[in-house]
Amino acid sequence: MKARVLVRLKPGIMDVQGAAVKRALAGLGFSELNDLRVGKVIDIDLDGATPGEARGRVGEMCRQLLANPILEEYTIETVDDLAPREAAR
Amino acid sequence: MRFGVVVFPGTWSDCDFHYVISEVLHQPVRYVWHRERELGQLDCVILPGGFSYGDYLRAGAVGGRSPVVEALREFVAGGGLVLGSCNGFQILCEAGLLPGVLTRNECLQYRCQSSHLVVENVDTPFTRGFRPGQVLTMPISHGEGKYYADAETLVRLKQQNLIVFRYAEADGRVTKASNPNGSLDNIAGIVNPEGRVLGMMPHPERASETAMGGTDGLLMFQSLLGTLVEDGTFLKR
Repeated sequence: MKARVLVRLKPGIMDVQGAAVKRALAGLGFSELNDLRVGKVIDIDLDGATPGEARGRVGEMCRQLLANPILEEYTIETVDDLAPREAAR
Repeated sequence: MRFGVVVFPGTWSDCDFHYVISEVLHQPVRYVWHRERELGQLDCVILPGGFSYGDYLRAGAVGGRSPVVEALREFVAGGGLVLGSCNGFQILCEAGLLPGVLTRNECLQYRCQSSHLVVENVDTPFTRGFRPGQVLTMPISHGEGKYYADAETLVRLKQQNLIVFRYAEADGRVTKASNPNGSLDNIAGIVNPEGRVLGMMPHPERASETAMGGTDGLLMFQSLLGTLVEDGTFLKR
């Protein structure tokens, strides 16, 4: 079973990295940028689980290590969500 | 007083702490490997600075889940003393042994410089040798030292007097200009409610001999020893 975790800074938390990237893009002429925030993608391949079970296990991974709840929020996609996107490549 | 200095892959201040404790303070000290779970014979465990496990994922995130940190919970529950400096502070926050989190410096620069700290709390074993409001000079060296906590936590830190050090000017005034990393409320160090676990971004081990340029850090170690000696010889108050 494959799952993808997206970790983002919570709204309202200052993203200095995003601000620096935004400034660099503005320097390249992309002046239409209103906002830019940088997050993380974590791809996970785990053994013998249904999408529901995988979601539960990966959620536990997020709570214990992958995201820091003080700063970050996360979303989990499992193979069901990912398959159409991968197939479209 | 028996000290343990924890070594993770990527730790870099372990030898400095070991040197100060053994050669300057003449106290028994041993290195503690990050896989160790036995801390029973120690009085104080040091989590030094560096980049534990490469600081992958987040600074201190993987270190905060290592076997030695799991053992540290029991050590703390039994009344053991823990000092986390720099990466050690990040690890203590990631492990939940201290509230809040250290995140990327607001200036986006790695800051390696001398800093002034004002002592806010002298009622801890680590700071009992200081005067309230005393200004210390210690080096900082970090890219992710911006302390952040939610509003509720900040209120609790203030109400319970858990903020120990704040970045300040040389005269002790706490100003925005003296804040090297954008830390909430200029926070440079905090302690747990029991006063046994202290986390700080500055490096006391790099200010512990005249040849290093200052000895303000040494006073922290001497404060610690005073808790065992109880003779008050070095205490200034």
